Amino acid sequence: MVMVGLSTRPLESVVWAALHDVHDPEIPTISVVDLGVIRSVSVGEGSVRVELLPTFVGCPAINVLQESITERLREFADEVSVDISFAEPWTTERITDAGRAALRAAGFAPPPARHQDESRNLLILPVMPVAECPYCGSRNTTLENAFGPTLCRAIYHCANCRQPFEQFKEV
Amino acid sequence: MTTETRRPTRQLIQPDLPEFDSSGLDPQLRAAIADLLLTMADDEFVIGFRDSEWTGIAPMLEEDVAFSSLAQDEIGHARLLYELRAALTGEDPDRLAFHRQPNEYRHARLLDQPRQSWGFTITRRWLYDTADSVRLAGLARSSFAPLADVVGKIRREERYHLMHLDAWLERLGTHHGKPRGKLLSALKQLSPVATSVFAPLPGEEMLVAAGVLSAPMADLAARWRSEANARLCALNLRPIADGVPAADGRDHATPHESFVWLWNEFTSVAQLEEGVEW
Repeated sequence: MVMVGLSTRPLESVVWAALHDVHDPEIPTISVVDLGVIRSVSVGEGSVRVELLPTFVGCPAINVLQESITERLREFADEVSVDISFAEPWTTERITDAGRAALRAAGFAPPPARHQDESRNLLILPVMPVAECPYCGSRNTTLENAFGPTLCRAIYHCANCRQPFEQFKEV
Repeated sequence: MTTETRRPTRQLIQPDLPEFDSSGLDPQLRAAIADLLLTMADDEFVIGFRDSEWTGIAPMLEEDVAFSSLAQDEIGHARLLYELRAALTGEDPDRLAFHRQPNEYRHARLLDQPRQSWGFTITRRWLYDTADSVRLAGLARSSFAPLADVVGKIRREERYHLMHLDAWLERLGTHHGKPRGKLLSALKQLSPVATSVFAPLPGEEMLVAAGVLSAPMADLAARWRSEANARLCALNLRPIADGVPAADGRDHATPHESFVWLWNEFTSVAQLEEGVEW
């Protein structure tokens, strides 16, 4: 068996591991990796470049994330750049299973599993998906407001345990 | 520990738009795209500030939160679109947003009037959201890739606006008496001016020929009308009348007094001191 030491691991995977330490400032239980906002990591001679997909265009956490990622990665390279990308839209499907568990643990219902059909006429609107109560697991819940305390959160009420809760909106 | 790497706080614009190479673009086409971007950015900017007027005074707490979120979304979209334009023209996006004169803005006239009643606000926003969604659909496969990318992101957020406003339209439309009355009078007043969202653009033919925009604005207006009317008819509301969008739908040579008021509000900090940051 060959033991692979830290020093021989490719820098790229070390950077990915370090990114697990950076959390969403608005939902601190979830890392940027599990949130799925890291599109790519590329490592060059003395430089690291990260591509970041914003969850919502007007999200005020974007700059905070750029700064905290830069700060975390500074030990790996002199030149760290965190570039915003719209080359593909961030969707809630990018949240990992670990991320969904982290959301649930923090009292957020994770977004429903993906079923979006791009060909659908966006003017004919679907009803908001049923959210599962993160406290008791009941699906006997109602949408109170599609707009919650931050752009990415909707407010629901659970009729079973009578607990209001937030859902990470599907986008 | 690395404070020297912190970016200064900017007024509106983050220096973070993905870079793209537009050197191969025909200068006339580039100008036409820049103009299209300005009209879209100004629309989102103005409606965002109109939404924000309800923060703290909406008729219920949920709407206070909702309209503040809508405002935040729209200002975010405006920022991105100003940045995209600035990347094409070399302008400063902050100056575009806050340092033009009222007659230089290119927003649709639909957005000129004050917020007025809740019913008026809902009606205007529903008209704008339905129109904007058709315009965005017309750009979803734009040959100008940076715009197509940004539109792909924006559309996913706008769905929630449309869903929210559509629920309100139904709520007002099915409550006879004062709510429906407010809706009817607002529709009567606003339907004719709503096509201003589709006012013809100077470089429109070129945009369509180059595949930047899927169809001329007049065609998009017709598509919007048929989609919006299907919804209005379902609620037994008077459909929007046919008509070609007026050429002066984004002309503010004599700015509307309510827009001048709003402009004074949203530029008030920028006007305090050159280069002020907040």
